[in-house]
This record gives sequence, structure tokens and C-alpha cells, in this order.
Amino acid sequence: MIEVCDLKKYFASGLLQKHCVKSVDGVSFHIAKGETMGLVGESGCGKTTLGRLLLRLIEPTSGQIFFDGTEITKLNRREIRRIRPHMQMIFQDPDSSLNPRMKIGESIAEPFRLGLNGKFSRREIRDRVLELIETVGLNPEHVNRYPHQLSGGQNQRVVLARILAINPDFIVADEPTASLDISVQAQILNLILDLKDKYDLTLLFISHDMEIVRHMSDRVAVMKHGQIVDIGDAERIFKTHQDLVVDSPLLI
Amino acid sequence: MNLLNIHELNTYFPTTDGLVKAVDHVDLQIADSEKVGLIGETGCGKTVLGMSIVRLLDSSAQINGRIIYKGRDILGLAEEDMRSLRGREIAMILQNPTMSLNPVMKVGDQISEVIRLHQGLDKRAAKKRAVEILESVSIADAHRRANQYPHEFSGGMRERAMIAICLSCDPTLIIADEPTKGLDAKTKTQIIQLLKDVTKDRSMLMITHDLNVAASICDRVAVMYAGEILEMGKVWDVLKKPMHPYTRGFINSLPCRGLKPIRGSSPSLIDLPSGCRFCPRCDCATEACKIKHPEMTPADDGHSVRCFLYT
Repeated sequence: MIEVCDLKKYFASGLLQKHCVKSVDGVSFHIAKGETMGLVGESGCGKTTLGRLLLRLIEPTSGQIFFDGTEITKLNRREIRRIRPHMQMIFQDPDSSLNPRMKIGESIAEPFRLGLNGKFSRREIRDRVLELIETVGLNPEHVNRYPHQLSGGQNQRVVLARILAINPDFIVADEPTASLDISVQAQILNLILDLKDKYDLTLLFISHDMEIVRHMSDRVAVMKHGQIVDIGDAERIFKTHQDLVVDSPLLI
Repeated sequence: MNLLNIHELNTYFPTTDGLVKAVDHVDLQIADSEKVGLIGETGCGKTVLGMSIVRLLDSSAQINGRIIYKGRDILGLAEEDMRSLRGREIAMILQNPTMSLNPVMKVGDQISEVIRLHQGLDKRAAKKRAVEILESVSIADAHRRANQYPHEFSGGMRERAMIAICLSCDPTLIIADEPTKGLDAKTKTQIIQLLKDVTKDRSMLMITHDLNVAASICDRVAVMYAGEILEMGKVWDVLKKPMHPYTRGFINSLPCRGLKPIRGSSPSLIDLPSGCRFCPRCDCATEACKIKHPEMTPADDGHSVRCFLYT
């Protein structure tokens, strides 16, 4: 479903833009349909940049990205807008990824109003929103609340509902639980796993926590200094890259 | 004798929606050179408890109870006396170094400011001392780094700078509020090691929701939920043989324990359940749990728990 060939992203910096930071430096991999690919690495290794590149939220320096056979690196702005509903992103901080002046219900209804998946009547939209709210484990009374009235975990559920409203095929989840508590993190991660099965999603799951990536992914790619240094079966990667695992006395 | 003795501490905040009981009847002791972990989720009151000890809360906060430090009740001290105690005797490592450090002040100056205030050293001597302290928290090239601003530091180095400020006046008790939050695995391990080294002869209250961090530093842990302490004991007793259903659920929601979450969410601190506060989310709850509020009950070897399963 996703095919990446020799992707590069250099950020120029310094006087006269002489120096450049090689955030993503010649990365190639593929993700099969229905697969969850984990992307793990220390902070600053370029994993977030790679995630953004895949959705063309930022422009690559060079290289190709294919999505379902289409080379999205070649698309113009209008074409990319048409393909965006098929690929979505879950950001790190749920509180800042929702419009603070929009009620939860309005936020989730927005993709339907824009007619991304055909036209809906107001009534249908309302029913769909309530259905999604229930799918992600929120209560109907949350519809009329604002993001600041909900907790981080609840807001991340809203973000998920909104993404499901768009009905994408591919989702990049960039540390979706970085700002959440341990028990809430467990709830959200399990929800993502359930939704993935239910909606047959393909996922790129970015995290610096090897333990979580192992739990979520089929295959894992390890990133270091902008390059993928290892890629393969989640269990094997977990065993080979113990340096990326936080010392966990609780494992014993 | 205990260095710090917290007895029946209540910290309430009056709001238009009602009284927020952020800390409710908390008893906690910290002995000389002892490291105590305070574990709990966001909004359970653990930061407020830490802030109550150093008296850094908003004036609207209603604090009741006793906080005895070296035989003196902190809550009874005049603000002036408190100011000479805070930073010198009891120092706090605040949460989120990016927000806590002054962005328009050089890191070295932020450290020497504390030294000049508390130890009356002149500018030059304080600056020299600041560089030494930066070296002691393993910041390479400390001379140059002292003249840099916080934005020129990485996340891990900012955390080190926070620790340096806290250590600048050689405090007896350190209150560390989530010092490893937002750091990646490698940096986290380094910061844990650093904290271990610098607290060898000091006492520490370590506020965290990271059980691994607590396990690697603390002697004892207290588990906090909805403003009160539910379980307390030696760190390995609590983590290996957790008694309270909440502690068990918390441990099982770790990624290395299979990510099994506790159902539901924490109660609002304004409208607390009348019986056991964990009752609505508890799988072991009985009728009694809905009505009666359990008290802390000692089990064996310093382990105590607030649950009817053990009475």
C-alpha cells in the first residue's frame, strides 16, 4: 500500500543555508495493506519528519512515495487534496489538534459536512456522529462540550472519531499516547487496535517506546540519524535492539 | 526521627463549581536519606501535595494539617522564614524544564541567582560555583554552557539544569516532580542515574507516574488516587505484591504487562464517591465499598492499604 524509495529530507540552516540537517537520509521501505508498521528511535532521529513526509505535510528533498500505486510525490496541490482523505495523521498532543472553539460534535461532523464521503442530510450526520462517539467510547453528552472541558485521553478519543469520520485507509500515528497517563495510554492503544481490525486500517505507528511499538506492530523499523538501520518482524527487532528498551525492573 | 512528617494534610481549592479536594487527609513520612515515590495519574493531587510542602500554591488554596520538617511546622512559618527554608533546605525540581526555566536568562545566571540569594556569595564566586554545579550534573563544557540560554539546551540537558538549580544550595530534602517526563529511553536512564548519584545522602520525594522510575530510585512508594493515599510500602513489596485493586490495575496497564487498562476514569475531585473512591472502577467492589469509606490498614512489614479486602 505504501512504498517509499530513497526518501530524503534535508533542512538547511545557518548563514547562507550552508549547513543542512539530514533529518531523513535515504529511507526505503514498504507497508502492506492491513499491516501495522512500527517506527522506533530516539528523539531527534527523524521519525516524526518521516511520518509527515509520507502524508506530504512537508515536501521531500528527493525520493519517491507511492500510495496505492499513485506516486504522491508527483501530485500537484489539487490532486494531493483529493488523496488526503485516504491518509490521515494522529498527532502527539490531542489538546492542540482539535479546534478549541468547536464543540466536539461539530469537530466530528466536519468531515461529513465537507462531503468527503458523499452527501449527508443533517439528521444522518447527527446519527453518524453519535455512532462514532460510541465507537470510540465517549458518551453522547460529550457532543456539546469543548475540548478544554475534556481530559487528554477523552480528546484523543475525539481525534480518533474525527479520523474515522473521514474514513481513511492509512493512518500515521505519531506518539499518540505521549502526553497520556499509563492507564489511559493502555485504553487508547487498545482502542486503536480494535479500530484497526474493525475498519481494516493500515498503520504507521511512531513511538520512542520499544515496548509499545512491539505491542502495536506487525513489523518494526528502527531509525537512527535519519536512516533506517534495521527493519523486520516486531519480536526480532525487540530482541536485537535492547538498547532502545527502557530498563524495566518490572519485567522480572 | 523522620526528617519530614506530614500529618492529616488537606489542600482544598474553592472554585465556582465547588470545593476541589486535591489532597485529602494525607499522612506521609520521609526519613533521613530516604527516597519516597509518590505514584499516581494526572490530576490525582500528587503535584499539589509536593507544592503544599514547599508552600508554592496560590493564596486561594486552603491548607490544613501539619507538615513537620526537622521538628518545625512548615505551615506555621512566616513567609520570610519559609523563603529562607525553600531552596536552601527543601528544594524542588519542577515539572517541565522548558516551561520552568527562564527563557531570557542564561542558564548559569539562573543557577548563580539562587546561590547569591541563599549563600550571599558575590557575583563572581557564585558564577564559578554555578559552573562547578553544572559539571557535577555531567554537563560537558560547562563553562560555555553556563553562558547559553535554555533554548540552546536539549531536553535532557534542561532537566540536568533544573537538577543543578535544585542542588545549588545543597538541600537536605528534594522534591522532584516528574523529572523524567518526555525524555527518551536513553536520556531517561541517564537522568535516573544522575538523580541516584546526587541523592545518595539526601532525602527525596519523587513524584512520578512512571513505575519503572520509582522502582529504580525509591525505597518506599505511596500510591495516590483521587486526593488520597491508597497504598504504601517498600517499593518492591508494592510493585511485586500490590494489594489494592487500583495498584494492581495500574501495574497491569503497563506496556510490558500487556496493556490491560482499568475501566472508566478517575472521579472528579469536586464530586467524590461517598464510599471507597475507587469503587466505581473496581472489579472486587462489594455493597460495603459503596457506602463506607475505608481507612488505611497496616498489613505486614510497613505495607499498608486502604481497602476492605484486607480488613
